[in-house]
Order: sequence, then C-alpha cells, then structure tokens
Amino acid sequence: MSAPEMTPNAKPILEICDLGKSFGSVRVLHDISLKVMPSQVVVIIGPSGSGKSTLLRCCNCLEIPQQGSITICDKDIVTDGVVLPEKELNALRMHVGMVFQSFNLFPHLTVLDNVAVGPRRLRGMKKADAEDLARAQLAKVGLAERADAYPAQLSGGQKQRVAIARALAMEPRVMLFDEPTSALDPELVGEVLQVMKALASEGMTMIVVTHEMGFARDVADEVLVMDGTVIEHGKPEEIFSNPQHPRTQSFLQSILSPG
Amino acid sequence: MNLDFTPVWQGMSGLLHGAVVTVEVTVAALALSCCVGLLVGIARLDPKKRIVYGIASTYVLFFRGTPLLVQLFLLFFGLPQFNIMLPAFTCGMIGLGLYSGSYVSEIVRGAIQSIDNGQMEAARSMGMSYGQAMRIIILPQAVLRMVPPLGNEFIALIKNSALVSLLTISDLMHEGQKIIAISYRSLEVYLAVALIYLVLTTIASQILRLIEKRLRVGGMVQ
Repeated sequence: MSAPEMTPNAKPILEICDLGKSFGSVRVLHDISLKVMPSQVVVIIGPSGSGKSTLLRCCNCLEIPQQGSITICDKDIVTDGVVLPEKELNALRMHVGMVFQSFNLFPHLTVLDNVAVGPRRLRGMKKADAEDLARAQLAKVGLAERADAYPAQLSGGQKQRVAIARALAMEPRVMLFDEPTSALDPELVGEVLQVMKALASEGMTMIVVTHEMGFARDVADEVLVMDGTVIEHGKPEEIFSNPQHPRTQSFLQSILSPG
Repeated sequence: MNLDFTPVWQGMSGLLHGAVVTVEVTVAALALSCCVGLLVGIARLDPKKRIVYGIASTYVLFFRGTPLLVQLFLLFFGLPQFNIMLPAFTCGMIGLGLYSGSYVSEIVRGAIQSIDNGQMEAARSMGMSYGQAMRIIILPQAVLRMVPPLGNEFIALIKNSALVSLLTISDLMHEGQKIIAISYRSLEVYLAVALIYLVLTTIASQILRLIEKRLRVGGMVQ
C-alpha cells in the first residue's frame, strides 16, 4: 500500500473536527478530530462500546453528533448538531458508500437489482445502463454468475460482497465499512477481506471499523484506536508493535492472544 | 318443522342482484379503506411529527372506537342537517371505507414497523429520500406482510356491509328482508342469505391466497 500523497495542497476527502455525541446522558464520543486524504485507508479499532460504529455512522449522518463538524468533499454535512438540508444531504450520501455488519441487502430484489437500484433511481441511469454497471460491479466482487439470485439464496460472504458491489455502483468518493466481517462464519471472512484489499489497492478511500487485525496491519495507512475518543493513532506497525497507551496495550493483548 | 324454500327460489334473481350490490359496495369501500389506511398508517409511524400524528390518531380513535352502525347513520341521517345529502350508496361506501380504514391503518403501520431498520438505513445511506426509501424498499416488503391481515379485514368488510341495508341500499341483506316481508319465511331466507355471504367470503379468501402466492414468487424468505 503506497502512503497517500501529503502534498500541502491536497485536500482531505473527509474531515472531522472536535466531534462529540451523546445518547441521552451517555457520552459516547468526545473530542474526535480526523482527516482522511484521498486513497487513504483508515482502520478504526477498539473495544466494543468504544464508539467506533457510532463515529462511522456519524460520517453519513445516520447518527447526528451534537458537537463538532464533519466535512465531506468540502461540504459541511453537520456542524454542532445542525445537519445539511435534506436534499443536499441525500446528494452527498451518494458519494459515501456504506457497508453494514448485517449486510442489509434488499430481500425483495434480485442481486442484480440490489446493485442496479441506486444507479437507476438516484443517478438517473437507464435500466439497461444501470444493469450493465451492476453486472460490472458484481464481476468485480466475483459474483457475476449470481446476478439473478435473491439475497436469501446467498451465503453470508456472498451477501457482503453484493453489499460492497451495491455501494460501489454509486461510484462513491469514500467507503465506510462497519464491521463488515463480524457477522460472518470464519471461513467466509477471507473472501470479503480480499475484495476490500483489492479496493484499497485501486485507490479507494476507505474508513474501516474492524476486529481483523491482520487486515489492519496489511492494508491500513493509519490505525485509530478508540475508546470514546481517539486514544492513539499512527501507522499500523507503530500501533501493533509499539503501542503507547496502556488501554491500547491491554486491548491488543486481549484480541491478539485471547484466553 | 316444515321448511319451504320456494320463496327463496322465486326471489333468487333479487338475491343475486343484492349480492352484486354487496360486492360493489364492499370493493368500493375496500379501495377507500386501503388508500386511507395506507396514508394514516404512514402518518402514525412517527409520534414526533405531532400534528400529522395527532390528526391520524384522532381518526383511528373515532372510527375504531365507535360502532359502524352509528357512523353510517351519522352520514346518512346526520349530514342532511348541514344540507349535505349523499346518495345511500355513497354513504355506505364512505362509512364502511372509513371504518375499515382505521383497522387497515394499524395493519399498515405494523407491517412497516416490522421491516428491519437496517433496510431504511441502507436505503438512506445510498442517498434515497425518506419517500423513495419507503416506496422502493420498505413498502414492497411490508405489503407482503400486510396481505394475510388485510384478508381478514376484507372478509370482515363483506360481512359488515350487511349494515348498509339499513340505509335503504338494496344489498343482499336488504333483498332478503324484502322476500321475508312478503313470504314470512325468515329461517329459509336468512339461511339462503347466509349461504350467499359464505360463498362471497370464500371467494374473497381464495383470491387473497392467490395474491399472496403471486407476491411470494421470487424466493423471498421472510
């Protein structure tokens, strides 16, 4: 993985400033700042309940943070709890692909339609064009031959690859992955990670919440360790071989040598 | 006990004509009921939208909480006080439709809320508006879950439609009573009327089974 270019005038695709979020009286995120440059792969790790998923879901306003701001492609999508007007938010969300832990494929649509529905309904493409695009994306995740199947007929790994193809069909500027392999049987994790690795090597900007430390080590340009806030961040080799924060040390110990 | 079905046979064309009216008023009411039910059901999804939710909830409170017969009489005998005189058939259709709509709205709301929230999130995260997500993603899935309870509602509507006979509408019930008025053969005529209602409700439930089967085509597992 080549490090992203850090030329002075390169603009971040996504920028988070002093973000804070509470659910009722429970403060789940505070003082989070982050810059994601084009083609950068940022992996977020941390114990469960540390706010990783919430942070990711704030990035496309599935959750609304009360403090701080998030800027995507030079647009402020949320500033101190004030969200971009509905239409502009929807337009911006098209450029932000999201892959969920539980896939969330549309069960009433075929695999092909799952991928084609976005381009057709949101990007105004003709049916045939949208389907061509969908087939191309499905081929990319190795599922061209399952185009006519329904989601219920697929394995977990296949479902997640379709979900990735569905997000890619919108030609996003940045992809958010929310624990994409956590709901999979162990033997199916590899196929999904492979697709993600290929995406990263093509230069897709990615933010990935995961417990797959191997993936983080191999693919990440930057690793963020979270526990309500970013307690440590840096290159994967620094974080994994020489963690500074005691919370990082205990977290890595528990996850790398369980039991 | 002697049973004499002769008046039934003699009045059969009237009964069948009444059955057609029953079907007409029921289908018209069902169409109204589904439209109203869909709108009210969606309006009651989010209690935070106070005004819309309040209006929809008041509607359900009234139409589900008062007798259908009272509602029909309000329309037919009450509205003329405001110089609004609707034809009997229209009153029957509106009365039945609004009454049934209050139940349908709960069916709609329940079905929509039973769809996993992840579906809405996935749709919205692609950039769909709430309306698009509802139309393209949520409702097609929810409709499938609405069909069985809607079938119940449809059958109840057929049976409840007998009440419109009291608004001078010549439905099946009304035609039966006309025959009884001349023949005094209550048992035989009401048995025949009941049998015809049974045929109607059976046909309705078969149609609904077919619709459900058609909708399920496509390997959707729920």
